[in-house]
Amino acid sequence: MNRPVYVEMKNICKTFGVIRANRNINLSVTEGEIHALLGENGAGKSTLVNMISGIYTPDSGSIAIHGKPVRIHSPRHAIELGIGMIHQHFKLVDVLSAAENILLAEEGPPLLFRKKATEKIRKVMEKYEMEMDLSKKIEEMAVSEKQNVEILKVLYRGAKILILDEPTAVLTPQETDKLFGILRNLVKKGCAVIIITHKLNEVMAISDRVTVLRQGESVCTLETKNTNIRQLTELMVGKPVDLSIVRCPAEKGKLLLSVHHLSALGEHGVRVLDDISFDLYEGEILGVAGVAGSGQKEICETISGLYPVEKGEILFQGENIVGLTPREIIKRGISMSFIPEDRLGMGLVASMDMIDNMLLKEYVNQPGVSVDRRFAREKAVRVRDRLDIQTPGIGTPIRKLSGGNIQKVLLGREIDAKPSLLITAYPVRGLDIGASYNIYDLLQEQKQKGVGVLYIGEDLDVLLELCDRIMVLCNGKVTGITDSRCITKEGLGLLMAGESITALTEEVTPCKL
Amino acid sequence: MTNTLDFFVLFLKSAVVAGTPLLFAIIGAIYNEKAGNLNLGIEGMMLLGAVAGFQAALSTQNPLASLLSACVFGALGALIYAFLTVTLRTNQVVTGLALTIFGSGMARFWGQNVMGQVLSESFSRYFRPLSFPFLAKIPILGPILSVFLEQDLFVYFGYAIAILSGIYLYNTRWGLNLRAVGGNTAAADASGINITLYKYVHILMGGALCGLGGAYLSVVFVPSWQENITAGRGWIAVALVIFTSWNPYKALWGALLFGGLDIVGFRIQSLNIPVNQYFLRMLPYLATLMVIIIGSIRKSSKHNPPKDLGNAYFREER
Repeated sequence: MNRPVYVEMKNICKTFGVIRANRNINLSVTEGEIHALLGENGAGKSTLVNMISGIYTPDSGSIAIHGKPVRIHSPRHAIELGIGMIHQHFKLVDVLSAAENILLAEEGPPLLFRKKATEKIRKVMEKYEMEMDLSKKIEEMAVSEKQNVEILKVLYRGAKILILDEPTAVLTPQETDKLFGILRNLVKKGCAVIIITHKLNEVMAISDRVTVLRQGESVCTLETKNTNIRQLTELMVGKPVDLSIVRCPAEKGKLLLSVHHLSALGEHGVRVLDDISFDLYEGEILGVAGVAGSGQKEICETISGLYPVEKGEILFQGENIVGLTPREIIKRGISMSFIPEDRLGMGLVASMDMIDNMLLKEYVNQPGVSVDRRFAREKAVRVRDRLDIQTPGIGTPIRKLSGGNIQKVLLGREIDAKPSLLITAYPVRGLDIGASYNIYDLLQEQKQKGVGVLYIGEDLDVLLELCDRIMVLCNGKVTGITDSRCITKEGLGLLMAGESITALTEEVTPCKL
Repeated sequence: MTNTLDFFVLFLKSAVVAGTPLLFAIIGAIYNEKAGNLNLGIEGMMLLGAVAGFQAALSTQNPLASLLSACVFGALGALIYAFLTVTLRTNQVVTGLALTIFGSGMARFWGQNVMGQVLSESFSRYFRPLSFPFLAKIPILGPILSVFLEQDLFVYFGYAIAILSGIYLYNTRWGLNLRAVGGNTAAADASGINITLYKYVHILMGGALCGLGGAYLSVVFVPSWQENITAGRGWIAVALVIFTSWNPYKALWGALLFGGLDIVGFRIQSLNIPVNQYFLRMLPYLATLMVIIIGSIRKSSKHNPPKDLGNAYFREER
């Protein structure tokens, strides 16, 4: 390994007020390597890369880029040094095309000759073997395409060091594979990639070396091939952790929810839900798998009365709830929590504190004109303690909380309403291991209480371990509903791509039901 | 037959003239909104430009001095707005309204001593319509061309501004960057575009154009000073920006259409058709209302406003 060192950070310290975000961190990244930064939320990963990309400056310690000691004072300076940061939330202009986004802020003669400019971008694409429709507008792109635009944008600006902040958080397994393919290509051509993540299997799959951070310190740097998931978890959490979800046995109760031939129309008259039928029983977790945008959101919203139904029936405890208002549906005991991609949960008001957010669902039950905060306050305290929500106080506006904690506020409120049907979409999106397992435990607890849970998830491993049955969606259609013990991850992948369940081989469906 | 043709040619000619102040104002507003700033002070800046242009015309008798002064005072009004909304991050709607009130008050105050005065013949000749007698000899095409070509130099300047603005927005790097500033300020910032500079420059440019629009009214169209000379044209321009989908080329047609509505009353009266004159005078405002309704029905993203229109930008906020 005598490759040139691209990034060398020594004894980096950074404090924000009293919080010591980084303490004596050492990191070295060489040409041609994919280096993973692994750590739980708040371990200091983002702070560290923000110092490479010029957003923060370290209090002490030294940074050397391509062997030269530097003080990176602004994002622009970082770009000039060949450092490209790909943020988790894409910084792209929706109404402009891919090419136009890439050309933003470029120096050059005032008149823009699109052909010539596109030609230049194409050369970069050829060099790194990337493919993209440059004239396509960002707003028409899928998430993974947008990510490629971001990557191409920094490459076009001559970046040799790419930093990706949780790039897979918004991708499906297939898209993740494609991204990893692109990254491997980049390092072959002499780039270095730093990838921030807390997904262990991805660290194992993509990285050459991994640096584990814990509570602001760099624990160690390991060659990925010499380590394993168990060791990494222990290093990351600081103690041995049991990583398997123990599925508590399902006691299938009464039929709770029965959806018959449900269809719904989206923009431009496209069917976003197409003849969906499924049953959900008390005391079971029904998982929903599918590529992002296959109709998951619409299922949640039609059941909770937020999305117009074209035709079909939704029977809840035998009563058709199509056409009822959301409030009437909530009254019948249906709770819905949806964590969208930007993670500021649907149904919360960012500028309100926890108490008032609890009150949002509470006040209708109170008599009179004025609101009584006493119950909401108790509820907020209860939810905070139960879910271990990290907040300066229940009176702090929730927008100041970290993404994971905001999610817990939403889920906590929904569970505290003691629903008989709990719909939850992407509840662990972006959460670290500890917090995710907390949520899984909560869902299982609900199931044991006899609540029917509709769990819309991304991680197929988790779906298989957590859910009793799994329904797979593709383009608004159900391609299969199966017992989760009777299908493999590959089988799910095929269903997600549109295969029908009867066409699957025995290899991926060990026991047909 | 020739009479009807003459009538229409004459009508369209005056529609172009009546649309010219709107054209400048629309393009001024487009620059503001592409920079992400909803400026409701268009009317105020037009009035500032109108009074400054008129005063300069009276005292210097020089057309260039008159236009320059209109530009400068329109831009000064915009500077107040830019300082408040960009640097101090005040609410854009409230600030714009305040600018309109300030502009109309200022115009009334400064115009008091010249109320009703008419510009001299020696000045007005600079803005006399050009004439191309040979056009009359070409059948069909001749009259159509004469509508647009037999106009004064100020109108030509308007055409030039619209076309140059189109090229600027869609074919230059600066224009691309500007569209990014209004389209997604955070993304533009992350790409290394100087947000504050872009906002200031284009708000001021927009102000100068609005000033010119106002000056066209007081110096060429009327041409004498009267109170509230813009009569709500600044507000119509704000609505027309939506109608033209923030596109300077389409602004040419929008201005012509509304110029026509502006003068249709006079023309119909001259034909002795009995229509209530108050109804006719209401037409441009009624049409503006229609335009807003139609604009809100069209849902294609091509007709959407810049995404960050009206948002104050803080780098640190998420």
